[in-house]
Amino acid sequence: MKFLSQLEIGEKATVKSVNGEGAIRRRLFDMGITPGAEVYLRKKAPLGDPIEITLRGYELTLRKAEAAHVEVN
Amino acid sequence: MLKFALAGNPNSGKTTLFNALTGSTAHVGNWPGVTVDKREGTYKKGDQPVDIVDLPGIYSLSPYTPEEVIARNFILNERPDCVINIVDATNLERNLYLTTQLMELDVPMVVALNMTDVLDKRGDRIDVKALEKRIGLPVVEISALKGVNVETLMTRAIDALKTPRVAVSVLKESALGSAISNAEIALKLKEVEAPLFHAVKLVEKDAIEVQTHPAEARAAEAFIRENLINDQFNGDTEAAIADARYKYITEHFSSTLTRARKQSYDELSKSDKADKILTHKWAGIPIFLVIMFAIFHLTFSENFLYLGSIIPSFGEWCAVEGSAAKAIFFAGGLNSPGVILFNALDLLTGSIGEWLSLGLDGLGANVVLSGLIVDGIWGGVASVLSFLPQILVLFLFFSILEDTGYMARVAFMLDRIFRRFGVSGRAFMPMIMGFGCSVPAMINTRTMADERERQATVRVIPFFSCGAKMPILLAVSGGIVQVFGVGNADVITYSMYVLGIVVALISLLVMRNTTQRGEASPFIMELPTYHLPGFKNLMLHLWDKAKHFITKAFTIILISCVAIWFLSNFTWSWKHVGYVTIREEEFARTDLSILASIGQFIQPIFTPLGFGSQLNSNGWVFAVAAVLGLIAKEDVIAAFGTLAACIAPLAFGGSSEDGIQEVALMIGATGIEIPALISFIAFNMLTIPCFAAVAAARGEIGKEKFKWTLLFWIVVSYLASAIVYTVGQFVWPVAIWIALTIVATVGIVMYNKYADKKDAEKRLLGARK
Repeated sequence: MKFLSQLEIGEKATVKSVNGEGAIRRRLFDMGITPGAEVYLRKKAPLGDPIEITLRGYELTLRKAEAAHVEVN
Repeated sequence: MLKFALAGNPNSGKTTLFNALTGSTAHVGNWPGVTVDKREGTYKKGDQPVDIVDLPGIYSLSPYTPEEVIARNFILNERPDCVINIVDATNLERNLYLTTQLMELDVPMVVALNMTDVLDKRGDRIDVKALEKRIGLPVVEISALKGVNVETLMTRAIDALKTPRVAVSVLKESALGSAISNAEIALKLKEVEAPLFHAVKLVEKDAIEVQTHPAEARAAEAFIRENLINDQFNGDTEAAIADARYKYITEHFSSTLTRARKQSYDELSKSDKADKILTHKWAGIPIFLVIMFAIFHLTFSENFLYLGSIIPSFGEWCAVEGSAAKAIFFAGGLNSPGVILFNALDLLTGSIGEWLSLGLDGLGANVVLSGLIVDGIWGGVASVLSFLPQILVLFLFFSILEDTGYMARVAFMLDRIFRRFGVSGRAFMPMIMGFGCSVPAMINTRTMADERERQATVRVIPFFSCGAKMPILLAVSGGIVQVFGVGNADVITYSMYVLGIVVALISLLVMRNTTQRGEASPFIMELPTYHLPGFKNLMLHLWDKAKHFITKAFTIILISCVAIWFLSNFTWSWKHVGYVTIREEEFARTDLSILASIGQFIQPIFTPLGFGSQLNSNGWVFAVAAVLGLIAKEDVIAAFGTLAACIAPLAFGGSSEDGIQEVALMIGATGIEIPALISFIAFNMLTIPCFAAVAAARGEIGKEKFKWTLLFWIVVSYLASAIVYTVGQFVWPVAIWIALTIVATVGIVMYNKYADKKDAEKRLLGARK
């Protein structure tokens, strides 16, 4: 099992499923992180966390803790 | 009048469109209990005036964030005649996600496809006709920034009213289609308005919906359990619905977009290139620090670009001592733009004050009346107004940073640090702004999602010592150096700033573990593309702020000035205190005033802080100065000026601009000592801020919690100053404070464990139900 939080800079992946519950999970869905969506890890913040990803043609930042809910292929 | 609502994603150009539609008639209205602005204005260019409501920017109609609930309730309950859905063409998929939800409401709707000009520049194109056909709604290409096609949009919207719109859902074709149809029929039988919208929410197991229609919710759940449990989502309808929406969008809508070139992740746009430098792994944070320094330098420095230090007699070369140019532009070196504007306005208000005084004398007005008008009213209002230029300059810079998209990156870079104190990276900007002025800083907290986190942030903002507190720092530390001949004024000032930051961070940590309990809120944020700020929007923004500030100066501050003037000029027997002439200048005998006796009465309160009863009979001035600081922090040093004249008439050696002389006199007249003076600075810096900031905090926090905020400020400032004084004066109390800190820490940790346990129990109970 691999998670969004484990991607390396410049790595591409496809979202497999989104775990977690409630508001955070819904937020991830609403921002377009749904099964099948392609994500690309663009960069990490200077202190290593949060991370910045490109998906559906825009840039999204989220913490590693939140990214750990997202399982990728 | 017709009422149209603007709905769309944050940063899709909603407010720009709002301003383009309503022009200068826009007014900002705060609704009670609402954390975000819901603006209202009027569109007057068409055949009939239309009321335009700008809803908060949202990504979805979920029940989780306050903005989303506000927007949802507004559309459902207030029933606007039409919804204008703004869609950012450069970010089609995610923007249309909200559109698919709005379509499920039976309100007439128009899609405004914004930023197509940016798309054109890239060479990309959207087939609007095809999109219109597939979406089943009128789609109008606009440029909100340039005002292109805005009138067409309004005409199409008014046309849309003529035929009632039937709600449609893109989910009907998905696996959940039958479940939604069933729920819709059940709700229709109950004569629920907007049955399709509610049906989707029921199937989604939306918390608000399940509560309102429990029977239908159970039926929907049973249906799903029987028929759909075996799909890939395993009955998780919230995931299935989000997935179905995005799938539908990619299949049917995204295909209307043809790109000039195939997108590749390695290809960097201008924005990406800028971002590469600005958020660079090593350079990112240093660049940020330099930008911050530059902003403060441009706003507050009296030694612009250090010209005065590089060329020692720079100021003397450029202007003659005593001239207006010298006063405005050259303090030692060249002044920064912020200070130049400050001085210019100060000179203007000062002249108005003199004209007022001369005019009143010419009319033969009573000396008391002229004192009220010139010193009481105009002096007070002008002293507050004089800070307007610097506040606006600071605000302009921060607006530019926000407009360009840099602020979002700052939050991105610093989130890691701030999380340790229980707040997310978004709290950072308001805090930094606090060094300039607490009022705009508190308003800026609205970008924060979590309400508790936001309240905690508003409460600590005054600890970031603002521009008006600077004179206290400079004058008192200058006085200490002059009288006691110890230390260095710069070091004292600097350490006080650091003290403020430390107190703020400790307070945040304590609050987030006790009254404002909670982890730092999740940080899932869009990073907008960088773009140049729009001049017109910046100016509108500034004008809004200026108007707000000026109104306040002429209402609440004016009234308080009259009250203070009265209290410091009249005795308890309602007679004027009279005047004393020192060196041909007349000074009111403030020492006989009501204010003085109040000062003597409350003086003992400050004994633990070192400036209470242990001082001699003149000691009340410190108490009075501290209380006056509640109106405006500038009053603290101003009060020393007037009071020094009464208390030490023989020793009074003329005035100096920075108030150091006055403070030195007060030290001599009252017998106060160094630790008490430092504690005095600390108290003024940390206690209840000025009137304007108190009003702003009340607006942001809300009435109910506001009284606790006042108490919080009093307790924190009292405690911190008491620690400073007792440790500085006697040293040994350090043991007591350490012991108390340990007890408090243990207490908080235990409380947290207990509260966590209770929360877990509650959750368990909720799950069982």
